[in-house]
Amino acid sequence: MSFRIPCPTCGDRSIEEWVHGEIPTVPDSITDPDARDVDRGYMHTNAAGVVREAWFHLFGCRRWVTLWRDTTADVFVDAPPE
Amino acid sequence: MNEFPESEIELMWSEPRSTYDVVIVGGGGHGLSTAYHLATRHGITDVLVLEASYIGSGNSGRNTTVVRSNYGIPEAVRFYQHSVERYRGLEEETGRSMMHDRKGLLWMAHSEAGVRRERARAAVNQAFGAETVYLEPHEIAEVCPEIDLGCGGEFPEVMGASYHQGATARHDRVVWALAEGAMRLGVHVVPHTPVTGLVVDGGRVVGVETPQGRIGAGVVVSAVGGNANRLADMAGVRLPIKTHPLQAYVTNRYARSFDPIVASGDLGFYVSQTARGQMLLGAEIDRQPSYSRRATHDLLASLSHRAITVLPFMRDLRVLRQWAGSCDMSPDYSPIIGDTGVDGFLVTTGWGTWGFKAIPAGGELLAERIATGITPALIEPFALDRFERDRTLADRGSAGTH
Repeated sequence: MSFRIPCPTCGDRSIEEWVHGEIPTVPDSITDPDARDVDRGYMHTNAAGVVREAWFHLFGCRRWVTLWRDTTADVFVDAPPE
Repeated sequence: MNEFPESEIELMWSEPRSTYDVVIVGGGGHGLSTAYHLATRHGITDVLVLEASYIGSGNSGRNTTVVRSNYGIPEAVRFYQHSVERYRGLEEETGRSMMHDRKGLLWMAHSEAGVRRERARAAVNQAFGAETVYLEPHEIAEVCPEIDLGCGGEFPEVMGASYHQGATARHDRVVWALAEGAMRLGVHVVPHTPVTGLVVDGGRVVGVETPQGRIGAGVVVSAVGGNANRLADMAGVRLPIKTHPLQAYVTNRYARSFDPIVASGDLGFYVSQTARGQMLLGAEIDRQPSYSRRATHDLLASLSHRAITVLPFMRDLRVLRQWAGSCDMSPDYSPIIGDTGVDGFLVTTGWGTWGFKAIPAGGELLAERIATGITPALIEPFALDRFERDRTLADRGSAGTH
């Protein structure tokens, strides 16, 4: 079975229909505006664990969806409690 | 070609001391090559290599072992050409067979854009010392008659290719030979010992934490794959690295010898024959970053379809084994070597899908930086600060797998 992504509009759909989008996070410890720009443009946290991501359902409902994924196992998980 | 030359490699394991001049985190090709060159070129043997699992267990043992220098920008061609030449001498130097096998590499184009890319690649390669020529379709048929230039009518036909003096080598033999050479001169290699923290004192990295305790270091080198960001975070260094899985598989043995490595930039796959006669196939990285080492049927099906269409003889082979490795992708598809802006902390990372061929030169030049304090000219362009200096080295077309 192909890797499927849960779309709130369309249900579980194959990853072939999706575009992956990272939500960049610049650490608060970086305060210099230029350094923050460099970080936003190039650097990644590359977390091993649960991350919040934007996925665009290109060949589906054409909506951006915010999803949580565990990058250690590459599986989608429920949003953590706020 | 079905002989498997077994030489007796003697690996001498050590218990770690409490302090070293140099501590290298990561016992893969790059970490061990750095240690080997510190010992053999600079007489620096107070060196510890820490490996979380067994040596060569990460991407050194998961890559597809192509040794080539047909890159697209001068900085990369010079660096990789140096590495390819070092590979040729490494067997004699270490006295160990690495099964280095020069077999040529055909990199096909199936589009006008692809033809321009391969012509440009040949020109840049020739200008900066790599042996690459451009071939018309009838010349491709002479080099590799097995290729269906019409691609079965399913994919755009082959319109041309660059032909490069590529090679393959046996990955674990490279790792073991470098480890043995370093150990002989007194370098300590300690497997199954993860680094859990960096010791930072006054803005300088002065050691590492392990489950067996703290180990002091004059210099700490991060040669890890997959966990580069987390190790650098401990020193307060941000890296432009995203880790994506790359899958590969091997078939059973193809009874005939198949010479060139065949790659298609437009179809996104590459094929070579291993010393056992198996056909080894790789394709693009997974689109989403992760640390998963899952092998998927999606990849198996789509890669096989592309490969069989171009090389029809492969339809009779069977898949033996499929696996994944973790590729540390940099934004410009070039590696990151050298200083980090934090004293006592160097990195060799961003080896994406192009690290294996760079093992000899990457280790040699990083060792020179550690020993002399001066960054060699060949790796100076690959410094981490190129991103903030707006001096990125865009070379995506040469990665071959994306």
